[in-house]
Amino acid sequence: MIDIKNLSKDYINGKASFSAVKDVNLHINKGEIFGIIGLSGAGKSTLIRCINRLEEPTSGKIFIDNVDITSLDKESLRLTRKEIGMIFQHFNLLAQKTVFENIAFPLSLEGKSKNYIEEKVDELLEYVDLTDKKDSYPSQLSGGQKQRVAIARAIANNPKILLSDEGTSALDPKTTKSILSLLNRIRNEFGITIVMITHQMEVVKEICDRVAIMEEGKVVELNTVENIFRNPKTKTAQSFINSLQNNIEDEIINPSDFEGKLIRLSYLGQSAKKPIVSKAIKEFNINVNILSGNINKLHESNVGHLVLELIGTDVEVENAISYLRNENVHVEVLQ
Amino acid sequence: MIDLVIPSLLETLYMVFFSTIFSVLLGFPLGILLVITEKDGLWEKPMLNKILNSIINLLRSFPFLILMILLFPLSKLIIGKTIGTTATIVPLSISAAPFVARVMESSLKEVDKGVIEFSLSMGATIPQIITKVLIPEALPSIILGITLTIINLIGYSAMAGSIGGGGLGDLAIRFGLYRFQTDVMIVAVVIIVILVQSIQFLGNTLAEKINKK
Repeated sequence: MIDIKNLSKDYINGKASFSAVKDVNLHINKGEIFGIIGLSGAGKSTLIRCINRLEEPTSGKIFIDNVDITSLDKESLRLTRKEIGMIFQHFNLLAQKTVFENIAFPLSLEGKSKNYIEEKVDELLEYVDLTDKKDSYPSQLSGGQKQRVAIARAIANNPKILLSDEGTSALDPKTTKSILSLLNRIRNEFGITIVMITHQMEVVKEICDRVAIMEEGKVVELNTVENIFRNPKTKTAQSFINSLQNNIEDEIINPSDFEGKLIRLSYLGQSAKKPIVSKAIKEFNINVNILSGNINKLHESNVGHLVLELIGTDVEVENAISYLRNENVHVEVLQ
Repeated sequence: MIDLVIPSLLETLYMVFFSTIFSVLLGFPLGILLVITEKDGLWEKPMLNKILNSIINLLRSFPFLILMILLFPLSKLIIGKTIGTTATIVPLSISAAPFVARVMESSLKEVDKGVIEFSLSMGATIPQIITKVLIPEALPSIILGITLTIINLIGYSAMAGSIGGGGLGDLAIRFGLYRFQTDVMIVAVVIIVILVQSIQFLGNTLAEKINKK
């Protein structure tokens, strides 16, 4: 669907030049919700803007359905953009226009008939549950309502792709959830591919299928959300997972306070159904001390973490660990 | 007194009305061009932008009376004479046009960059962005800008009166200054003050009323 090849973007300011995006390669599948997470300044915003060329890439190519959009002339680019909806952190609604007129905007650009526009906008208003706000102005709406207008507007032309540039960053957690479930519904019902950049791991956890982690302009880790949660490879990925409120055990547990071996288990929903820890206790001559545990509900499944202290002889403990590894549990030895 | 004042008032209104229309017709497109041709604008044209800026600055640095005299030949060409209320509309419009361009430029620049970015992301053309986004979003500010222009033109038209333009300024000078009829001058000035106040009030009310932000 979207193929990003060796994409780089440099900003040149006088003699100084700054690389915001460095040689990024990504493949995004059709119908996928693809997250790009990174701290501010990681280049994620520049990257997503290259997809519809609001930013011109310095080098590299971007293919959308096998069409290289970096080589399109202005007019073809403009027509291609109609197939790519976009929502923004600050909504970017037309302040002097009503909710109805805002959603009708992309349709009126197309020169659609009045009847068609009226019908389509009413349908969209109902879809985003804002029928009663039809004649309100953006200044009379809450943040979540504004973003719902922006989403309705972005999908009015039935785009193939929806880009979300920090679409939930200005919203409170509850509103964020409702916007995310709306986006998920849109993907499921219309098959729109959604690319979203965010700095919030909650967002990734909630709806993304796969996630790319960006740092200093590069993609440092790319995997399914499940795998990232189970086994984050980079420090950045780990710190994003730890940023979720219920993942604070690493700061609380100081390995040197314990005599036994400290291990951290990560397991997917399916493994959680088996009593593997209790089996390990029975089969090997060890004692187990549970130090902390949590579970993260992901979009499609759950990922659990358990920090255990294993007490016993070295051999028994090693055997227990390899038993756990065989049970499809990711084991990280902390000490 | 009324026989003196009413025709002069009508002359002033006539001059201000038409010169507002013509100066906005001239200045508004210039203001739009200034905004879209600037760096990172919708239609980036640095050279054109520089030239426009220089011309506007040059025209604005002329004192109005001198510009008016310089434009006498143009008035002659368009209206057929250089003196009189109708002839004065030409220099009034031309001297106010660069002012209008600047006022419109600053109004249009107030439009949120994000809204323009969104329009681009929707595949809007530049003319569509100008007519459907920039102007409607800036409209309250544009109305205030036009109000400012009208008030400026009232002032200019009073000055134009002194070199044969007619209107309340002419009345004040002819009767007040040359014939020492202070009462006529006071009436003329009071009417100008009332005119300015009411136009500002109307402009503010209208801008307030249509602003949904």
